[in-house]
Amino acid sequence: MNTRREQLKSGIKDGIPICLGYFAVSFTFGIMAINYGLSPWQSIAISLTSLTSAGQFAGLGIITAGAPFAEMAIAQLVINLRYSLMSCSLSQKLDKTTPFYHRLLIGYGITDEIFGVSVCKPGPLNPWYCYGLFLLAVPGWTLGTAAGAFLGQLLPERALSALGVALYGMFLAIIIPPAKKDRILAGVTVVSMIFSLLFFLIPALNGVSSGLRLIILTVLIAGAAAVLFPVPDTMEVSHE
Amino acid sequence: MNNRIYLYILVMAAVTYFIRVLPLTLIRQEIKTPFIRSFLYYVPYVTLSVMTFPAILSATKSIWSGAAALMVAAILAYKEKSLFQVSIAACMVVFVMEFFL
Repeated sequence: MNTRREQLKSGIKDGIPICLGYFAVSFTFGIMAINYGLSPWQSIAISLTSLTSAGQFAGLGIITAGAPFAEMAIAQLVINLRYSLMSCSLSQKLDKTTPFYHRLLIGYGITDEIFGVSVCKPGPLNPWYCYGLFLLAVPGWTLGTAAGAFLGQLLPERALSALGVALYGMFLAIIIPPAKKDRILAGVTVVSMIFSLLFFLIPALNGVSSGLRLIILTVLIAGAAAVLFPVPDTMEVSHE
Repeated sequence: MNNRIYLYILVMAAVTYFIRVLPLTLIRQEIKTPFIRSFLYYVPYVTLSVMTFPAILSATKSIWSGAAALMVAAILAYKEKSLFQVSIAACMVVFVMEFFL
């Protein structure tokens, strides 16, 4: 009971930067949704049920185009396929005996940020830690959307601009400490950033959607690293 | 049209949920294959690196405030400050710098 509480509290604490970053990003989503002709409640419903950034932004265009439902399904599948990679990774991080309903609930909240924080937390993953993260991340995302939809341009642009880096700061705080202690991880990090930059700079690759780019680079770089530097059997895959 | 919008929202949510929940519910055993174990070990570092850079440079109004946030966050992360501290410091840097840009 006590550990549940501690895990929940620890999740809530780590959820603060996620909440801030989400608020900023979803605020712009709320503004955009209104510009696309959706009602505030519809934009809030999207954020609460999808809880994903790139997929939702792409979804707006598909809705207003009146495209076939299959197109919506395929677009979401491609853009969000990265979540299944993350979900595979998390499946190894959960205790084998974790009940089915916990898996169903955790599945709802696998986002880039929640995954990043959860998978890098030492030891097996406790579902209550995830729920702590959800308790801040989901309201951050949904209320940010609501604020953007209802209040539009009220929040000064300067504040939004500053909040825009919250998530990236958090990512760096996750990847740099382990990379400092392990040269292979440091190399993987640097190579990943260089290739990500190349995708951005090379015109032919520039048009690749961010979700697809993430899948391609993850499969290639993590695949190459796994071939070149296999993790010893004794080492925990769960990032301890 | 309104009902149609809610149907779109339903399709979005359903597809996204299944992508997320299927591996988590289907893979109940520890994966033994060394290659897949190693692959999954590297996945978060690659995804987080790719998502951070160069995106952080275009997240703010000016590329310079984004670059400054990157520098400060990297230094504080290297000093192993908490997620919250690194994140807030990056926001502060942007906020202060954009007074001068």
